[in-house]
Amino acid sequence: MRILLAGNPNVGKSVVFSRLTGAKVFISNFPGTTVSYAKGYMHYQGKTVEVIDLPGTYSLSSSAKDEQVTRDILSSLSEDDIVINVVDATNLERNLNFTFQLFEIGVPLVVALNMWDETKHKGIYIDAPQLESLLNVPVIPTSALRGEGIFTLINKIPEAGTIHIPPRSIHERWGNVGDIISKIQTIKQKDHTFFERLDELSLKPLTGIPIALIVIFVIFLIVRFIGESLIGYVFDPFFSEIYKPLLLPIHNYLSDYNILHTIFIGNLVEGSINFEQSFGILTTGLYVPFAMVLPYVFSFYLMLGILEDVGYLPRLSVLGDNFMHKLGLHGQSIISMILGLGCAVPGMLAARPLKSKRERFIALTLIAIAIPCASQSAMIFGLVGKFGGQYVMIVYGTLAVVWIFTGYILHKIMPGMSPELLMEIPPYRAPMPAMVLKKVGMRITSFLKEAIPYMLAGILLINILYSLGIIEFLGNLMSPIITNLMGLPQDSVSAFIMGFLRKDIAIGILSPMGLTAEQLTIASTVLTIYFPCIAAFAIMVKELGFKDMLKAAGIMLFLAIFVGTAMNLIL
Amino acid sequence: MIKSLVEMKSGDKGVIHEIKGGAYAQKNFDDLGIRVNKHITKISGMFMRGPVTIKIDNTKIAIGFGMASKVFVTLSE
Repeated sequence: MRILLAGNPNVGKSVVFSRLTGAKVFISNFPGTTVSYAKGYMHYQGKTVEVIDLPGTYSLSSSAKDEQVTRDILSSLSEDDIVINVVDATNLERNLNFTFQLFEIGVPLVVALNMWDETKHKGIYIDAPQLESLLNVPVIPTSALRGEGIFTLINKIPEAGTIHIPPRSIHERWGNVGDIISKIQTIKQKDHTFFERLDELSLKPLTGIPIALIVIFVIFLIVRFIGESLIGYVFDPFFSEIYKPLLLPIHNYLSDYNILHTIFIGNLVEGSINFEQSFGILTTGLYVPFAMVLPYVFSFYLMLGILEDVGYLPRLSVLGDNFMHKLGLHGQSIISMILGLGCAVPGMLAARPLKSKRERFIALTLIAIAIPCASQSAMIFGLVGKFGGQYVMIVYGTLAVVWIFTGYILHKIMPGMSPELLMEIPPYRAPMPAMVLKKVGMRITSFLKEAIPYMLAGILLINILYSLGIIEFLGNLMSPIITNLMGLPQDSVSAFIMGFLRKDIAIGILSPMGLTAEQLTIASTVLTIYFPCIAAFAIMVKELGFKDMLKAAGIMLFLAIFVGTAMNLIL
Repeated sequence: MIKSLVEMKSGDKGVIHEIKGGAYAQKNFDDLGIRVNKHITKISGMFMRGPVTIKIDNTKIAIGFGMASKVFVTLSE
């Protein structure tokens, strides 16, 4: 037996899922947070039962990739599977249309009338018992965010009913839904709430654009403030006051074994351990991910989580739609780009609701090339930040130009046209601190799982390649490009090689080389553009196929060399 | 008076009279509950042929300019 959650996008399926299973899934206030199905388990009647959270769909006959997943799974159920149709009670008519489509494919059904608590504020009155008798399947009001109604929902699962109705036309279906709605729902017009007024202001161009600029600027300030405070008051003191004394015995013990000392502690800078430059597994290998990247990852995801749960991101999609059309995309892809500022992988996955392959190719390529993820941003700040804000600006400015230019060119040369925006805008909701923190926790865990092993392996590998002379060999091989065109020292080739694994590793590689501010500016820009990390590559192959990934990689390589050379000539 | 969503002013209310466009566009509209005889309110329109935002039942929906110009609404007084 399996329990499947199905319904329209942004009705709270994932919230119900996490209430049923306790499993950790991403929950946000915008349509399309779940792009592939999530599995969890719950105890039910003494058994362990699989629960599947399906991506939201408006209908069962659509072409978008995320909707296909749902259709395929729903049309291949086994005998004892049960579907919980999660329905947004504040938007019942459209949601019941989907319920009828489920009736037409004849699946056993329980309806969770979710967001029940919001109906009262909105002046919507629904006669749930009558809805139950009209639909002939159990209907349970729930407020999943608050956990209300979930027990009743579980208890009603055995009563799930299968309604077989013949497939009908769109008009017949809306007719059926309309009949039911007229019997069970009354709506009283209510005055505008504060959130609704704010919403209209944030959607109108004259007020919305200034609001967007202020929001982005304030968030940037807060991310920097939290990040810098964490580094300055927590992580730096921890490493220098507590961790360093612990390292000293190891350092003393290993000083007799040259190779081991190099691998674990690294080179001494002016006679002592320098966490940024020593480049040992126990020094730089831990300092960079924990003390240089993690604080920014944390503060970025904290603010992103709040923005997601408030429901602001779709407003940015509306405001930026016009502009994104110039890049062959539409407003919805702005959400992908913003998620990409955290990590390219979720950013690329969020492009799934884009309807054409052409859009997905452009979106993924742009994320890979010109959207710096949190690790890349930490690298940029770590390498050039100390020389002053203007160098950071040069890097980000160059990336912005590359982003626009690449999108524009791809839009012009790729056949096909960009489809238009058609997107539901969720209501503003007050974020729940526990939910936001849970999401930050999940994202940080996956960052650390990804960052630490690659970081340590990368440092080990570089140390070995150095001692074998392979770095020197590759440096000679690549020197026409790296030295002659970009003006960087031959040794920096190791940063580019390790950049395949992770970008933040380059902080440790390039810092000790004593490059000028201009050279570091070029290096960090080129490192951001030339290839995404290995995890993002894997996603590109999965989403686009091998051939299109190669095309994207070709574009990256060309742009990296071109931009690096141009910057070398200009700076 | 019948106007397209694009021609309507922010704050105008009305009932959808006709939706033009091919089967694909029709279906996409229908999925979101945008169909003939539904009451709608226009919330905003972005300048320079940007998207139109409408309120329909309790949902707000953003519609690209080209698609919005295919939806015709009988304005209420």
